[in-house]
Amino acid sequence: MSGLLARLRKGDEVAHLIALLFGLTLVLLTVLIAFQLFSNSALARHRFGWNFFVTSTWDPVADQYGAAPFIYGTLVTSLIALIVAVPLGVGAALFLAELAPPRISDVLTMLTELLAAVPSVVYGLIGVAVLVPAMRQYVQPALQRTLGWLPLFAGPAYGIGYLTAGLVLAIMIVPFIVSVLREVLLAVPRDQREAALALGATRWESTSRVVLPYARLGVFGAVFLALGRALGETMAVTMVIGNRPQIAASLFAPGYSMAAVVANEFTEAVGDLYLQALVEIGLVLFLLTMIINALARILIVVTTRQGTIA
Amino acid sequence: MTATATTSLVRRSVNVVMLGLTAVCAAVTVAALLFILAYLLYQGGSSLNIAFFTKLPTPVGEAGGGMANALVGSAKLLALAAAIGIPLGFMAGLYIAEFASPMPAFALRYATDLLNGVPSIVIGIFAYTLVVLPMKHFSTLAGGVALAIMMIPVTVRGTEEFLRAVPASLREGSLALGAPKWMTIARVVVPAASRGILTTVLLGLARVAGETAPLLFTALNNRFWSRGWVEPTASLPVMIFTYAIAPYEDWVRQAWAAALVLLALVLAANIGARVLFRRPAATTS
Repeated sequence: MSGLLARLRKGDEVAHLIALLFGLTLVLLTVLIAFQLFSNSALARHRFGWNFFVTSTWDPVADQYGAAPFIYGTLVTSLIALIVAVPLGVGAALFLAELAPPRISDVLTMLTELLAAVPSVVYGLIGVAVLVPAMRQYVQPALQRTLGWLPLFAGPAYGIGYLTAGLVLAIMIVPFIVSVLREVLLAVPRDQREAALALGATRWESTSRVVLPYARLGVFGAVFLALGRALGETMAVTMVIGNRPQIAASLFAPGYSMAAVVANEFTEAVGDLYLQALVEIGLVLFLLTMIINALARILIVVTTRQGTIA
Repeated sequence: MTATATTSLVRRSVNVVMLGLTAVCAAVTVAALLFILAYLLYQGGSSLNIAFFTKLPTPVGEAGGGMANALVGSAKLLALAAAIGIPLGFMAGLYIAEFASPMPAFALRYATDLLNGVPSIVIGIFAYTLVVLPMKHFSTLAGGVALAIMMIPVTVRGTEEFLRAVPASLREGSLALGAPKWMTIARVVVPAASRGILTTVLLGLARVAGETAPLLFTALNNRFWSRGWVEPTASLPVMIFTYAIAPYEDWVRQAWAAALVLLALVLAANIGARVLFRRPAATTS
């Protein structure tokens, strides 16, 4: 009997080993992605070096590639998205986690989670059909009248461009901010709130002076996580940014983003250097999102003791 | 007395105003969803017909036709993603929850979260270098691999979360009866967590079903039926993208129909997962 048990216990070792192998594939996969992107962009990296990031000629005919317009477009659209989405997302998350009655909060939380589930290409479609004409006819002319003296809001209103892409991105990342932030806020110990309320604070005072400061690292984490999403978002941006490789001061101007150029030109890229230049853009995108997500996850883990996936 | 009364009035009005503002933020967010749903129903509903589900796309310039091949293509891609991504993710999640000591568990969870954050277009490039380059042509297989990679992190974290939520008393009961650890896991712990794991897997599949970027240069597209697993294939999201930016009115109309069908499937999976396998509220935190 004890012999049988001992043999069965050896099954534990085997099971442990097998599971370990699968666990290691996670690390292997991440390393393999980095390796493949790195080795498949060798030609472009050697040819252009650091100039790749600061030159803005993108000319497949002359085999000359500089990624500055794409990096600029990605950063600008993501920044616009954050400026719009962070106040909106923080406000909505505070309402859902702190202030709303539980029943309303449950329904609204489910609806925001459904919003996160809407595929990016559907956002793009709605963006093209609704947002682009609305921007061209109403929003951009209005901005021009009031803020037109700023170079940011000068120039013809095409409808497409950085601003429109940034706004579509904003709508897309709000649900991520809300869902991560909700978990962060729910992880704030109850005593913190109760202590504040017991001292006579109103609900808003307890939320803004006690809960938010307590969770501030997690708030930054949620924002960084959303930034990581925005940087890598492809389809919706591709459909509304205008796809012109230029750097323009005006937010109304058509531009391009890193993800969009890969999506549009990858299958057409004849010639090794062209393809490898696109892979290098992918590599930059990969490293950028890696760094930002790594930071975001640490901030979230510190506040919730369990990095949530969103 | 009046001074304190005024301050308390100010504080209370600030409270009400801020409460209202945060409610507005939540309302705006939810309104975005409702608008998307309503607009898709309006645009897509009028474009949807039987031919959409049964016919192949027509040649350029010819009206009519459908997306039957894209529907089947998406189903095949999802099947492949599930067949590769779920077992891999499940076993990795099992390791993290049941076998790993705290430090490796933290490291692997961290790696999973990072993998989850890799942009889908980058996953597409990776699958291209991994499958398309060696095979020298686009294929269902390559698209399936790309989607499978996106399934892995979701499955890992779902498996891990719900395995951890299984009460210690269940495990201890089984171990006390003399069952070895592996049998305890296989017969007691995993069945107890299976509903939750299924929910996350379903949500994960719904998420990758709408992914377009990783398919653009792996599965590519196909105007005809794709036989087997090594030919390029049409898929619903890529069709939406191609048709939406096309200059033909009839194609744009079909893009709306396709978007409605895709969103209906994704939302049905989401709502279904929540209703059928309602999450035990205590396990999430």
